[in-house]
Amino acid sequence: MARPMQVSRYWRHFREKYRLIGGRCENGHVHFPKRPVCPVCGSKNIEEVELSGRGKVISWTIVRNPPSGFEYYKPFPLALVELEEGPVVLAQLTDVDPEEIDFGMEVEVVTRKLREFEEDGIILYGYKFRPPVK
Amino acid sequence: MRKAVIIGAGMTPVGEHWKLGLRDMAVEALLNAMEDAGVDKVDSLYVGNMLSGSFVEQENLGALIADWAGLGNIPAVKVEAACASGGAAVQEGVKAVLSGLEDTVAVVGVEKMMDAWPSDATRYLGYAADADWELFHGASFVALNALVMRYYMKTYGYTEEDLAYFAVNAHANGAKNPYAMFKRPIKVETVLKSPYVADPIKLFDASPICDGAASVIITTPEKAKELGVPKEKWVEVAGMGRAIDTINLANREDLLSLKAAKVAAERAYKMAGVEANDIDFFEVHDAFTIMAALSLEALGVAKKGEGAKLAREGQIAIDADYPIQTMGGLKSRGHPVGATGVYQTVEAVLQLRGEAPNQVPDAEVGLTQNIGGTGSNITVNVLRRV
Repeated sequence: MARPMQVSRYWRHFREKYRLIGGRCENGHVHFPKRPVCPVCGSKNIEEVELSGRGKVISWTIVRNPPSGFEYYKPFPLALVELEEGPVVLAQLTDVDPEEIDFGMEVEVVTRKLREFEEDGIILYGYKFRPPVK
Repeated sequence: MRKAVIIGAGMTPVGEHWKLGLRDMAVEALLNAMEDAGVDKVDSLYVGNMLSGSFVEQENLGALIADWAGLGNIPAVKVEAACASGGAAVQEGVKAVLSGLEDTVAVVGVEKMMDAWPSDATRYLGYAADADWELFHGASFVALNALVMRYYMKTYGYTEEDLAYFAVNAHANGAKNPYAMFKRPIKVETVLKSPYVADPIKLFDASPICDGAASVIITTPEKAKELGVPKEKWVEVAGMGRAIDTINLANREDLLSLKAAKVAAERAYKMAGVEANDIDFFEVHDAFTIMAALSLEALGVAKKGEGAKLAREGQIAIDADYPIQTMGGLKSRGHPVGATGVYQTVEAVLQLRGEAPNQVPDAEVGLTQNIGGTGSNITVNVLRRV
């Protein structure tokens, strides 16, 4: 396997990966992740918007043969979650029985460990989604 | 405007080539194509390849392959568009000929995948997804396609069995292709009983990791005549189109529409002056059975949501209305990613020359459709018998 990626590269993304920061253009189109150009109207006037992290599962799979670096968690559920503000986010589901996952299931964002790079390598954290804790 | 015709085609069998390197396979396919065309030199070389740097730690394929094929000091480059690299390389070759800058060009598609550990191969293929927002979260390519397949089944009420018919058709055709990786027919039960890779995608819904190389020689009709290539061997590249869509599946406007394929097909149809109804056979990109269904819809062969119905009703067989995957497709012939688009081209050429082992009767117009990413980068070519 290739040597670990440089930490600095990922520091740049940490805010988005912890706090689901998307973009909202002057015409009100919300997207995630934030982009330099609005994918709907082409506006370049875009402000950061922190998304609520609440959404619904629109499709899911169970990853049984993951890319190298993710073997530890296999099999794990991966889903497309439609956030209440509209954008769709791809993320792993956590704290859930795979049998209970269903279309429209409500989920909320949490921060979890995603991957370790070798024994003494860096650890990547990021968002996953789980059924809301009542 | 100038025209471009394919005058030579060659390939290696697709499979696990433990004794061959990337350069061996590429040079073999290329020299086969040149011999088929009866040419011993070309003006330039375009190499379709996706991941040679990751799989075999070799880039600069233009120099490597032109050098080892003894082509002299010609211009030679690698063309990369994920799994659509082969289709894109064919288009770059055609563009060079149509522009008038070059007269006779060679295109070779090659990929050597078997040398990597399976989980590393899965990672490398994931490079064609969005590294920061998809692969970062452990998404494999199979997983991304599985998200689409589940949503398709839910939206239109299909079952896993409905999609299995695409695999059955591909294997039935591939069984007759001496260059295919899997030369045996399968039943629907075979697909359904195979283990899940990423639910609901099972092993037999997916194309294999493999090695292979294919090549075509492209020139103008005038030059083909001058070279003494008999007209029966000419196949015109009558239309081509290419388009992209969001690289990140989650950002798609419509998960179930291969917009890039639709746009690319419209461009190719317009350039060739044909409609979907005029096409005699389709080599679509069935890396996964769900992609075959969505491709038929994007190409205008089936209405939206009805792609899977064509397979179930037997309308995609060699002797039916819409033959697809006439030589086995990615599923049975194999999917050496960057080479696949060139294999599709070679197979279409054989069909249009009437030389295919699984001949579509009176085939005059064929279409190849090559998907990169999860539908993010797509090429469509229309080929016609001269």
